Amino acid sequence: MIDPTSPPAVAKEDIGLNTSEVLVDQPAGDPVMRLRNVAVAFAGRTAVRDVTFDVHAGEITALIGPSGSGKTTLLRALNRMQDTVRTASVTGSVQLGDLDVYAPSTDATLLRSRVGMVFQRPNPFPTMSIYENAVAGLRFNGVRKKALLDEAAESALVAAALWDSVRDRLKTHASTLSGGEQQRLCIARALAVEPEVLLMDEPTSALDPIATKRIEELVGELKHRVTIVIVTHNMQQAMRVSDRCAFLLMGEDKAGELIECGPTAKLFSEPTDSRTLDYVNGRFG
Amino acid sequence: MATTLSFDASSDPILQRRREIQGVATASLKRRKVYSKIAVAVCWAFLGIAIIPLVAVVAYVVIKGLPAWNPDFFTHVTTPEGIAGGGVWNAIVGTAEIGIIATGVAVPLGLSCGLFLAESEGKVAGAVRFTADVMTGVPSITIGIFGYIAIVKNFGYSGLAGAFAIGIVMLPVIVRAGETAFRGVPPTLSEAALALGARKSVIARRVVVPAALPGVITGVLLAVARGLGETAPLLLTVFGNQYMQWNPTKPMNALTLVIFENSSQPYADLIQVAWGAALLLMVVVLVLSIGSRVTAAVLRREKR
Amino acid sequence: MRRGRRFGLSNRAYWGLLVGMAAVFVALVVWYLVSIVVQARPAFSTLGFSWIFSKVWDPTHGRFGLLPFILGTFETTAIALVLAVPIGLGTAIALAHLVPDRLRPPLSTAVELLAAVPSVVYGLWGLIVLAPVFRSTVEPFLSSVLGWTGLFNGPSDGVGLLLAGVILFVMVLPTMVAISRDVLAVVPVEQVEGALALGATKWQVLRKVVVPGARTGILGGFTLAMGRALGETVAVALVIGNSPFIAHSVKAPAATLASLIVNNFGEATGTELAALFGAALVLLVIGISVNALARVLVKSTVRGGAASVAVA
Repeated sequence: MIDPTSPPAVAKEDIGLNTSEVLVDQPAGDPVMRLRNVAVAFAGRTAVRDVTFDVHAGEITALIGPSGSGKTTLLRALNRMQDTVRTASVTGSVQLGDLDVYAPSTDATLLRSRVGMVFQRPNPFPTMSIYENAVAGLRFNGVRKKALLDEAAESALVAAALWDSVRDRLKTHASTLSGGEQQRLCIARALAVEPEVLLMDEPTSALDPIATKRIEELVGELKHRVTIVIVTHNMQQAMRVSDRCAFLLMGEDKAGELIECGPTAKLFSEPTDSRTLDYVNGRFG
Repeated sequence: MATTLSFDASSDPILQRRREIQGVATASLKRRKVYSKIAVAVCWAFLGIAIIPLVAVVAYVVIKGLPAWNPDFFTHVTTPEGIAGGGVWNAIVGTAEIGIIATGVAVPLGLSCGLFLAESEGKVAGAVRFTADVMTGVPSITIGIFGYIAIVKNFGYSGLAGAFAIGIVMLPVIVRAGETAFRGVPPTLSEAALALGARKSVIARRVVVPAALPGVITGVLLAVARGLGETAPLLLTVFGNQYMQWNPTKPMNALTLVIFENSSQPYADLIQVAWGAALLLMVVVLVLSIGSRVTAAVLRREKR
Repeated sequence: MRRGRRFGLSNRAYWGLLVGMAAVFVALVVWYLVSIVVQARPAFSTLGFSWIFSKVWDPTHGRFGLLPFILGTFETTAIALVLAVPIGLGTAIALAHLVPDRLRPPLSTAVELLAAVPSVVYGLWGLIVLAPVFRSTVEPFLSSVLGWTGLFNGPSDGVGLLLAGVILFVMVLPTMVAISRDVLAVVPVEQVEGALALGATKWQVLRKVVVPGARTGILGGFTLAMGRALGETVAVALVIGNSPFIAHSVKAPAATLASLIVNNFGEATGTELAALFGAALVLLVIGISVNALARVLVKSTVRGGAASVAVA
């Protein structure tokens, strides 16, 4: 397995510090995103409501729950992707560090350079080469220095476990890659911008089991570099990959709500809420 | 887990990169956003520019053409300059006759060809389809020349030669529109009929054509609109005629010919007639075009 | 096996009829091509081949050359396309991605209805309405602003290459817009979202993802527009000033192959007539090549059926 931390100028081991404490901007464990009473509605009809929990630095937080419980809707509110939907309205507060994500003075474009996203189906830009895809986010944000572009691209492709297989064909089109490789390219593309948080919307649901496994391993290694929030409808995946889980369920009014949030191990073995217990025991899905 | 760092975290390459990237992103944000706003505004402006000609042309034709519309205009034949009371009655008759004859020949031929294409695959069909596609865009004056060579050289100028040329202009449009309409019919319908033992020709007549009728009408209306608006083919085949001529085997007049001939004359009364004819022609063509869209929309709604 | 009207033709007869009709269609096209080639042959046997590129058209002295008209054809088309590409693309982008959903159908229809206006009406409008404006305002203005390019010499007559190019621009705009809009609208939303999620501005998304994603179709629309402009006859004939000399200024009168034919065909005889057939052949070759290229780039079923065929 390739070392995802990529060769630093000074090896952290030399300084005697644990990697997870250094690579994430904030000390590990501190909340990097805080959600308070977040609700999303489309044309007045609430899709998810009253969500309150913290996303901790250096951890993988999974949003789990049956389909329709609003997991993806909530995820997309975190990087203001719901802004693109005319009928959407987001209430409550989302804080990224000391930035109020939904404050009028906050620029959504700049926010998205700090909170990246990987989508369910791999969506590399088909007219661009592998290299161009990897640096696309950097270019969008105004980075022009070739040295920086190359360095960030290589680091990100290494972190996505793609560098070795593509390093000799960086100029070829992204469409020549397999599905799993394309998704890893998308992950690299998001990582190249060096976001603080990476949102992943069911990143493996469109992939075969082998590709899924590779990406799950990848995600596990990435948490030293970015805080991850991952939506998954696959309980086993949540168990394998995440440090913390937030369980959402659709209520009678067809709006999703947060039932419980806590460390994964505890949530799956001794959940507080009976509905969580039912879900993790597979009584509905 | 330690919470304070006595180590200078900024020496880590990833954190350094992050800071550099954020620095560039923040510094360039204003420029990027302003640039985006300007570019988007330019697109909106271009949309406005694109609408202006439509408004301008329609407005002028209406404003200048309407005064020409009086009872004489529709009932009298064309007169030379200076003679009052001229109209376009002969041109209306010519356009109508040529249009009817051209449509009457092009529609059956074109639809049969479209049906052939809809029901066949393979290279031959592909070549025919490509031919039709290319022919829709071929310069119409060359089709006028063809009409001259084929008919006028041997039989002289006539409305029939014009109908021949206009028919050729309309044909590829009808072929492609027909094919698309026929292909749009769900195959389950004809399969069911086939399973019941019906002959293909019967299936075509009673199942496919009726089901495709809205699409066919859409296409035919558009083809007719196009055919009626053509001038160049007629210039070389019909020649024009000052007087009333009901006989299509003789030279006739047509609305497009009147507009063309009168436009370049320095006489105000002739120009007036040209505007009036332009208005009439435009009304007919726009009604046909809009009618074809309405049919297409009805078709789409029914499909849902 | 019962025949007769009641039960329709036998399957073989039915298919035979359809094939026959298709054959008639193809035969007509072949007859059309052959006729023009045959009629143009005398011009080439009398005048050789290079006359096409000769500069002088002077029938009274027996000198024939098509270069001024070939140039005129391409120059007017070039002017039309220089205007139609940015304005057409910008309009298409607006229609596909900027305009609110409710407004999209009426605005798109408005632009497409431009295609329904008969070309001779454009000629009339151009000559009576635009030409005076060009003569009094537009051309003097452009001469003062752009005169340094050397393209705007000479008097401002109103009629000429520029006016013809502008009229052609209006006529091909619907083609450019309609086809571009269609391909721009079907760029997958996942790619748009992918770009947005990286921190792209709206224009960055359009420029780097949407437009490149639609580029084949846009190129096809461009080629179709070019084909249409190259072949346009009466509108151009009315506003181009009909001068058989090579134009040395964008404002100068000129002529195109099509306008040459339409203006001289009625009275031409002998070698001049043969030369006109030759011009028709050249125009035919140009028109078919460009349209065939366009059709390779754009399958007209992109839009599905009649509407696409009429606009395209």
